[in-house]
Parts: sequence; C-alpha cells; structure tokens
Amino acid sequence: MTHNGRAKTLFEKVWDAHVVTQDAGAPAVLYIDAHLVHEVTSPQAFAMLRERGLPVRRPDRTFATMDHAIPTRNVDITLWPSDAATQVRTLRENCQDFGVTLFDIDGPVQGIVHVVGPEMGITQPGMTIVCGDSHTSTHGAFGALAFGIGTSEVGHVLATQCLLQDKPKTFAINVEGELGVGVTAKDIILAVIAKNGAGGGAGHVFEYRGSAIRGLSMANRMTICNMSIEGGARAGMIAPDETTFAYLKGRPHAPQGADWERAVARWRSLTTDEGAAFDRDLTLDANLLQPMVTYGTNPGQGVVVTGRIPTVDDLNDPAERRSLLSALEYMGLRQGQPMAGQPVDIVFIGSCTNSRIEDLREAAAIVQGKRVAGDVWAIVVPGSKAVKTQAEQEGLDRIFREAGFEWRGAGCSMCLAMNDDKAGAGKYVASTSNRNFQGRQGPGARSLLMSPIMAAAAAVNGRVVDVREML
Amino acid sequence: MQPFTSLTTTAVPLRAENVDTDQIIPARYLTAVTKAGMGDGLFAAWRYGADGAPNPEFVLNRQDYAGAEILLAGRNFGSGSSREHAVWALTEYGFRAVIAPGFADIFYNNSLKNGLLPVALPEEQVAMLWDLVEEQPDTTIAIDLAAQTVTLPDGQQASFAIDPYRKVCLLQGLDDLGYLLSKEPEIAAFEQGQTSNA
Repeated sequence: MTHNGRAKTLFEKVWDAHVVTQDAGAPAVLYIDAHLVHEVTSPQAFAMLRERGLPVRRPDRTFATMDHAIPTRNVDITLWPSDAATQVRTLRENCQDFGVTLFDIDGPVQGIVHVVGPEMGITQPGMTIVCGDSHTSTHGAFGALAFGIGTSEVGHVLATQCLLQDKPKTFAINVEGELGVGVTAKDIILAVIAKNGAGGGAGHVFEYRGSAIRGLSMANRMTICNMSIEGGARAGMIAPDETTFAYLKGRPHAPQGADWERAVARWRSLTTDEGAAFDRDLTLDANLLQPMVTYGTNPGQGVVVTGRIPTVDDLNDPAERRSLLSALEYMGLRQGQPMAGQPVDIVFIGSCTNSRIEDLREAAAIVQGKRVAGDVWAIVVPGSKAVKTQAEQEGLDRIFREAGFEWRGAGCSMCLAMNDDKAGAGKYVASTSNRNFQGRQGPGARSLLMSPIMAAAAAVNGRVVDVREML
Repeated sequence: MQPFTSLTTTAVPLRAENVDTDQIIPARYLTAVTKAGMGDGLFAAWRYGADGAPNPEFVLNRQDYAGAEILLAGRNFGSGSSREHAVWALTEYGFRAVIAPGFADIFYNNSLKNGLLPVALPEEQVAMLWDLVEEQPDTTIAIDLAAQTVTLPDGQQASFAIDPYRKVCLLQGLDDLGYLLSKEPEIAAFEQGQTSNA
C-alpha cells in the first residue's frame, strides 16, 4: 500500500510520479524521463525547433539512433538511396547542432531504437519514455510507462521535456500457468490480441501479470510489451523484479555503486498494490496456449498452428465478417483452410519484436544442421550491433549462413520495408515482426506473423509447420 | 494550426475496418524530411494500380466523391504506426474530418494537433451514413464543433464527444507547445524535486 492508503496499480504509480501540473479541464503536463529519437519521425520536429528558435531542453535525456530507413547490406552511405542518406545526414546534423547523443551507424551501439535503449540501460523501471515510434511500448517490460508519439509531440518533448496527456485507463492481462514446450512469448501476445481484438486495448495501458509472465526473460517480456500497440493499447507494462534488476546491473546508463542499491530499493515498490482496481481485465491459461500464426491483415487475425482459418459462419459481427473476407482476398487464403502446410516464399527473422540474442539463439537451434527449403529467401537481421557481435561470437551467424540464410547488419529492415529489404507482391513471408498489414513488408506482400522458432521451422520446411514436431 | 469550427461538405465512404497508418500512407513515402507532398501517397496501395495509374475501382478516385472533405471509415481507424505523416497525407489531400466508430489512440492525438477533426459515432450511425452517401454521393454532412453535432440535410442529428480542452484548441487553432512552454517554472521545479529524490 502507498503512504496515503489508497491501493494503486503500477501504471498509476508511474503516472502520478510524473504529473508536473494539471489545470482544471486540461490534460496533465507529463514529464518525460527519456526521449528516444530516430531518423524518420524526427526531422520535421527539429525543423520546428529551428523555426521557433528553441533549444532541446534536455539533450542529456535525449538519445538518437538510425534504424528505420537504413540499408542492412552494407555500411557505405555513399552507395545508399539518396532519401535514406538524406534522413541519416539530417539526423546527424540535428544531433550535432542540438547536442543530442547519437548512436551512429559508424559506431558500435547503433541498432533498432527499442533494442538499443534497454541494452544501454537507458530504459529503467518507473521511468516515462517516449519515441516517435509506436513500438516504444517495448520498454514497458521494465516497469516503465513507455509509449509512441507523433512528430508534433516529438517537438513538444524536445522543447519542454513534457507532453500534454489524458490519463489512460488500466487493463490487466493475467497469464497464469506454464507454457508448453515450443510455446513462446510471441504466442502469448498473439493469443491476447486474437482474443481481445486489434483495437480492444484502445484508451488503455495493459499490465501483464501472472505466473507465466513472471517466469519470462527480459527479452521475452519485451516481445510481449512490444505488441501492446497491436492490441490497441498505447503501452504495456510488467512490474520489475529480480529478472529486471539482473538484466540492468552494470549496463552503461544504469546507476552504479551506492546509487544502484538506492535505485533497486525504489524500483521494488513498483508493483500493483494488493486490492488495486483495473478498469478491465482478461485472463489466459498459459497451459492451453499453442504456437500462433496470423492469417489476415490485422494482428488480431491469428489462429493456433494446429487450427484452421475461420469461416464467415464462425463470426457474428458484420464488421468482423467484412474484415475476414477482405483479408483473405488480399492474402490469397481460404476460409477454413488449415494453417499448417501453407507454403512460404520468404522468412524474416528480425524487428523490435524478435531480434534479440535470445530470439536468434532459439531460431538457430531449430536451423542447426538443416537447409533452407527450396528457393525460400531467408534473412536474419539482428536488432543491434551488440546483438550481431554477440551472435557472431557464439557462432550463430555461421549456423544461419550454412543453412542458407542471409546474415545482415542491424536495423528495422523487412519489418516495414522502408529500405531495400522488400518482399515481392503476392509472396508469403513467415515473419517474426509485429504487423501483417497489407503491403507492410513490401507492396502486395503477404505476412504470416509467428515466433522465431516457428519462422525458423517454416524456413527449413518451406511451409508453415508446428515447430513442436521438430523439438 | 488551422482552426476547425464547422464544416459542410460531402463525404467519401471507406467501408473498411482497422484501416492502419501503413494503408493511409505506406512507409516508402516516409523518406522525406519535410511534411510537403504526403497527399500524393495517401492510400497509395489502393489508389494507384501497379503501373502508377489511378485505380478506378477505389472510392477516392470516383468523380462523385471529388472534393469531399469528410472521410467515413470503419472501427479502429488509424491503427498501427505512430507516423503523423498519415494525418499530413489526409489533410494535404483535402480531408478536414474523419467520422468512424473508433480511432487508434496515437492517430487520434496526431489528428487533433493538425486541425483534422476525428468524430467518433456509434457503429450503426456510421453504417447508416455509408448507405446514405453510397446511394447519394452529393449528400452534404454538416459538422459543428462548438455544438458537437453532425447534421444531415433532412435534419437528422447526432452528437459526438470531445475533450473540452482539445475542443478549445481546435476552435482557436492553438497548439500544445505554447501552453507547455508557459509551464516552464513548474517544469523546472519538478526537475529540481526529481533530482533531490533520486
């Protein structure tokens, strides 16, 4: 319980600790502890600062890297498409002129912004963290309140370190029990979204709770919080615990020495109090979960790998029926079709959802000693240079290459196809990323979202298979 | 920001749910470092054929709906990426309001910061409006922000909710930045307290 006696959720504790002021009838002025910046959604915000003659208020709380538009094949910027190179040069200039720390492609730290922040220890429990990217929800895995913002808001945070925000509602996602072999964090979150709908979390912050969540590694917790936005929630949070502290200890931006002990003591209070009420809740039995695959064009359109694509007769809601029919037309799939056995053309292992060292280790274990099937094009894109280096030290790159995968540099790559990693029209992509939207992975591309081990299994079989048959 | 007070115009029926910001503007249009030109990328995958020519099947390309300033869409409009480019694309193309049963949170916020009015109406009312403007594309819809109403030519009227602060900002064309900058003393005091508590 808090000192004033009212039981609070984790979200409320972090929110309340960051309200600078709130006028009657206005949203709260919310203080932001860490602001992450990338090349695609920041140029217009820096331009606004220049127009209005404003400095970056807290360059020491602002961190930039390059991930969205950059090629992952080579590092020579002179060979890049001119627009990507312009965005990178613009970010360099902006960071230089405004005194912002930049993890540049020339340096050792660059990578996907949501992989780099935690790796550097910038992401810490109890913080407010924003970025001009919807997958900022990833950082909630540490008990931070972290959410994506638009470019206007990027400008507001650069100028004032604050945002005007309406207080969201709370939504408990309870996952109790034990995951079966071959069932992963990705399957938990895809099951949550399949059950609650792609828009089901709108206006809410998820808190993931329960024994199945407590047992997960930080990488797995990040996978779950990452896709909170796919469930319609702006943020997802997991209370920090020993797993969180062990991950953070010794990282470059983590508190050191006596400060570390004080920080951990403070972080231990960041749990939802006994008796605190959530506005909504949902419970899943982890023991019943199975590997998931999406068949449609929103992330809620997913089924267990042993299942079938629904038919319109399975759905009562006219809007859901319309969504199903338009999705299947785009995807070239049939109502009632079994999910297993669907051929794939491309396999993408990467993205802020699943490109951490743990993801690559698990995928490599499936691939080891096998070959990518037929003419499947398979690529692995590590989430950061640190992940890439670690993987190479462990020999994972060799396992992937020997199996026929391409081994790339760090970046967002085929998750959003802003660079030259694009799936062709009509191609089926077994993807570890987060969005199966029409054209997301390239114009006309058809995404099947799944876990890293399921994607690895699809690569060596040339079709969707139940990875549990290979374990 | 361009103020929004009232609007009387025709509407484009986009009968689709979960229209995500990748549909509103695909990532390949995000490589600009300015806001200009986003209107060309609006709904690019639906609007243009593989050869780049306008797709005559897509509702936005139908002559009956030319000049419409209201978009009528399905639930969870603007889901996905935080890209404000989606709002810039809609406004540059000429839309001033989107009516839908519900909006994704980030898109909703981004709209308010650019003078694009997101109007949430119950699903059955949106379905009725779809039927109406599909049958009679020249139907005008009047949106009055001060009164928070949507009115049809026959006098039928629906009300919509909007946060009172956001409403004033839209009516007067105010952005958040001026307000936030005026809170500098409070922000500095907050930082002082945060440092001493650390």
